[in-house]
Amino acid sequence: MAGPMKMRATLAGGYTDVRVLMTHPMATEQQTKGQPHFIQNLTVKVNGKTVVEGQISQAVARNPVFSFRLSGGAKGDKIEVSWLDNKGDTNKTETAVA
Amino acid sequence: MIVQRRGLLKAAGALGAVLVAGLLKPIAALAATWNKEAFASKSAADALNRLGTPGAEANSGIVIEAPQIAENGAVVPIEVTSRIPGTTSIAVLVDKNPYPLVARFDFMEGALPFVKLNAKMGETSDVRVVATAGGKHYVATKEIKVTIGGCGG
Repeated sequence: MAGPMKMRATLAGGYTDVRVLMTHPMATEQQTKGQPHFIQNLTVKVNGKTVVEGQISQAVARNPVFSFRLSGGAKGDKIEVSWLDNKGDTNKTETAVA
Repeated sequence: MIVQRRGLLKAAGALGAVLVAGLLKPIAALAATWNKEAFASKSAADALNRLGTPGAEANSGIVIEAPQIAENGAVVPIEVTSRIPGTTSIAVLVDKNPYPLVARFDFMEGALPFVKLNAKMGETSDVRVVATAGGKHYVATKEIKVTIGGCGG
């Protein structure tokens, strides 16, 4: 179930802009007659340190896209984003700041 | 005897609850925290109580960037920035969704209190953003009109 993820991290004026796309149905209770399937947790790490922890619901759109901003940052910093859904599926992706 | 049957049912129910709790444990251990009660709340006020952020005061330091009219409720881009110094977490709620709480983010180690996400909206509703800074809670709202709902698919 864990489809591909895409991520881009770029230096902007004074901060690092992280954009990440996850492939996930994000199916609601209504769409599935009571068997929702959606991402519940996501974590953003920079060089192994957790910087953002998110809890999300079925009300996030299908194939979720998120943007985060990290103060400072340098070219080559390693950004890792991972998620975990309500059925125990998980996925992660890694990229270096460009 | 009916009284005995009641007792038996109760005992069976309790046993079932224990079994379910046991089965769910492995997943719970794997998960970081996911505030089940808050996400299951059917009103924004309930959700905020369960997140531990009741009684937030209005603050213009929370900026919600979103379209006034969303043609498609299935994908409504919402961008949130908190200019309140020391913001450590942001929660996003859509008041009129069946389960209003959409997402909650905790920021640490130099992450800026900013997030952009795409939410689903069942109908025209206020979007409510609650930011926590220094143990205090602040709120801002913005109405988004939806022409086609996005919860039914």
